[in-house]
Amino acid sequence: MENKIEARDLHLYYGEKHALKGINLDIYKNKVTALIGPSGCGKSTFLKSINRMNDYIDNVKITGQIYIDEEEVYSERVDTTILRKKVGMVFQQPNPFPMSIYDNVAYGPRVHGVKDKKQLDTIVKKSLDSCVLYEEVKDRLTSSALGLSGGQQQRLCIARALAVSPDIILLDEPTSALDPISTLKIEELLLQLKEEYTIVIVTHNMQQASRIADYTAFFLSGEMIEYGQTKDIFSLPKDKRTEDYITGRFG
Amino acid sequence: MNQSITNKKKRKKDTVALVLIYLSSGFSIGLLLLILGYVAFKAVPYFSFKYLYSTTSIIDHTVGILPNIINTLYLVIVTLLIACPIGIGGAIYLHEYAKNQKLVRIVTFANEVLAGIPSIIYGLFGMLFFGVYLGWGFSILTGACTLSLMVLPIITRNTQTSLETVPKSYREAALGLGTNKWYMIRTVLLPSAIPGVLTGVILSIGRIISESAALLFTAGSGVLLPKGLFSHLFNSGATLTIQLYLEMSKANYENAFVIAFVLVIVVLLLNLFAKFIASKWDVSKVENNGK
Amino acid sequence: MNKEMTSINSDLKKREVVEKSAEHILRFLSIVSIIAVIVITGYMLMAGTPALLKYGIFDILFGTVWQPTSSNPSFGILYVILTSIVGVTIAVIIAVPIGLLTAIHLSEIATRRSSKWMKTAIELLAGIPSIVYGLLGVQIINPIIYQLELLIFKNSATHQFTGGSNLLAAILVLVIMILPTLISVSENALRAVPNNYRTSSLALGASKMQTIFKVILPSAKSGIISAIVLGIGRAMGEAMAIVLVAGNTIHIPLPFSSVRFLTTAIVSEMGYAQGAHREVLFTIGLVLFLFIMLINVMLSAVLKRGEE
Repeated sequence: MENKIEARDLHLYYGEKHALKGINLDIYKNKVTALIGPSGCGKSTFLKSINRMNDYIDNVKITGQIYIDEEEVYSERVDTTILRKKVGMVFQQPNPFPMSIYDNVAYGPRVHGVKDKKQLDTIVKKSLDSCVLYEEVKDRLTSSALGLSGGQQQRLCIARALAVSPDIILLDEPTSALDPISTLKIEELLLQLKEEYTIVIVTHNMQQASRIADYTAFFLSGEMIEYGQTKDIFSLPKDKRTEDYITGRFG
Repeated sequence: MNQSITNKKKRKKDTVALVLIYLSSGFSIGLLLLILGYVAFKAVPYFSFKYLYSTTSIIDHTVGILPNIINTLYLVIVTLLIACPIGIGGAIYLHEYAKNQKLVRIVTFANEVLAGIPSIIYGLFGMLFFGVYLGWGFSILTGACTLSLMVLPIITRNTQTSLETVPKSYREAALGLGTNKWYMIRTVLLPSAIPGVLTGVILSIGRIISESAALLFTAGSGVLLPKGLFSHLFNSGATLTIQLYLEMSKANYENAFVIAFVLVIVVLLLNLFAKFIASKWDVSKVENNGK
Repeated sequence: MNKEMTSINSDLKKREVVEKSAEHILRFLSIVSIIAVIVITGYMLMAGTPALLKYGIFDILFGTVWQPTSSNPSFGILYVILTSIVGVTIAVIIAVPIGLLTAIHLSEIATRRSSKWMKTAIELLAGIPSIVYGLLGVQIINPIIYQLELLIFKNSATHQFTGGSNLLAAILVLVIMILPTLISVSENALRAVPNNYRTSSLALGASKMQTIFKVILPSAKSGIISAIVLGIGRAMGEAMAIVLVAGNTIHIPLPFSSVRFLTTAIVSEMGYAQGAHREVLFTIGLVLFLFIMLINVMLSAVLKRGEE
């Protein structure tokens, strides 16, 4: 199994607050890895460190390293626009741009230089297909994306992220704002996508983690407590704190 | 699929855009500095506080803008006296009483129309209606009535915004205690809405002081000191801005710059005062052109 | 016992009366603005149409000769109308990019602290009386334009020198006057764009500039259009700032010609115009009024379409 993403002794501070305390984690290629833990434990913060979206917060300080394909993410030589082409992100609230469905998906490729209409058409179709959305919207690609339902919008956001051909997809509680049926559709989608992509998903929902994740990491108060195959974490947790969380004793 | 994330490159288009952005905002801010600086530079050599309390008299060999200051004050006070009851009252009705939403929309539309009419048109209308038809001629009263129409939208909109921020619970509490609506409005709502109303008033004062085209043919160009407090309303009176125009037309640029200097200082102070009120009560401003 | 009950009743009646009359008075006050709009429109029409009927709509609106006080008077205001249209259009074309880019700086690039200062500066600019801009126009812009004029028309035998008081100078003053409005309304529109559009765009690998121009600007479109239309309205209605800067004789609107705008035509002659001459000045006022109404109606229409 290859390491796709590696975190080595990663610390993150929001001003005075020590949000991530020495995270060491290897995330494997073409697997679904879930990050679980109670609110405020740092799992979202860690996720956003991978594609350097934390850069935009005031007063953030980071020490330690994150490597993707053995290249250091926080190095001075890194071009963040290329980084984010390689690492896609889907957020909790579906947030398509106020543009047509087509333009939403084509936005990423256009930004990275794809101008040829035929090429864009192909990319849009392929991305929407991967998200099992194409059939539903193929007749209204030019209509506004804001007219889609919540579940469809979120699948659109995933398609939008896929359109730039990333290697890694990060998802930050992608289904917490959706209804159960949409949630299931997206979970099925993620299981299919892992064939081609490395997926890291932050989730509040332990059932979700156990349904779709190959590996799970448990975060608590900024530390990564335990990491391993999902079935092991949920049936035979090594750390008592993990066991307490999983059995619902807190959080 | 294995793309390297290093290899930082600068996008040329981005750099060009950023340069243009800095140039534009530099220009805009630089304008302010240029204006303030130039006016001060030209006015200070001739400025003395004597200007502010003297009149211009060929006989006595004095130059002063006291009459203009008095006229401006008159205009501000009378305009507000007319516009505030109408604007505040209207806003209260629209927000608290009006059941017919269509009426609210029409009135809002009318206010927007009023806000968009250029001052010169107000000047023509004021001259025709207040000056000729009502027979007040060139007088401060004519000017004040004209200006009150101009600032009416400002007062109304700011009062409306302010009323919207008063929590529903205040109204319910008062009504639940058995007060009548008008009583509740007088004693509970209005006091809470004062910051917003005050903002509207300050914005209006700024507008009144800056106005010239609407006053040229309504308030006229008189520079006599008032003989009677009330009778002065019927005299023609040049405000600071009109006087500035007159000095410019006569190429008396020294006087012109002094008046400009006074005006700029007043606007600055008003602005600071408005900001102070806004920060103290956390109010949102609704200017004529804020949509 | 009975006495107390009666006194409460009559108190109620009095309060009822006060309540009812308050409501009526307030209702009346609220429709003052409607009455005002109707009366103003009425007066403008009443004052402006007589001349059109007497001297012919076509002759006035499309005539090019303005000799109101000659024995055979002519009231052609075509050049005046053209000057307003041309002058305002060019002023807006110049001011919009500068204003929009400044608004972008304020909203997307400047730090919170410097953006506060910049906003204050812009608000100050907006509050300066227009006549002061006119003063600075006469003292600063006119001389510069005059130098330019001397340079360009050095060898011309036919150019009527304007001393710097011409269309070009007026346009520059108009640009400066509408900048604050453009900037502040555009900035509000940009700030109103939801922040998650910015984050999504950045997460897809777009640079900050790409995000601004490809996502934020298009999302703020209707607000920016409002800003532009407000700017147009302001420029169209401006009189005092440009009356001493534009030259004040009627010519075809060329950059180095002395010109009159609809607004300055009224201001410069209303003081002494009599009879028919005066009536035509009101007609000019009516034309201006209708132009402005047209622009505002277009704004409402565009905004309504944007909302759909």
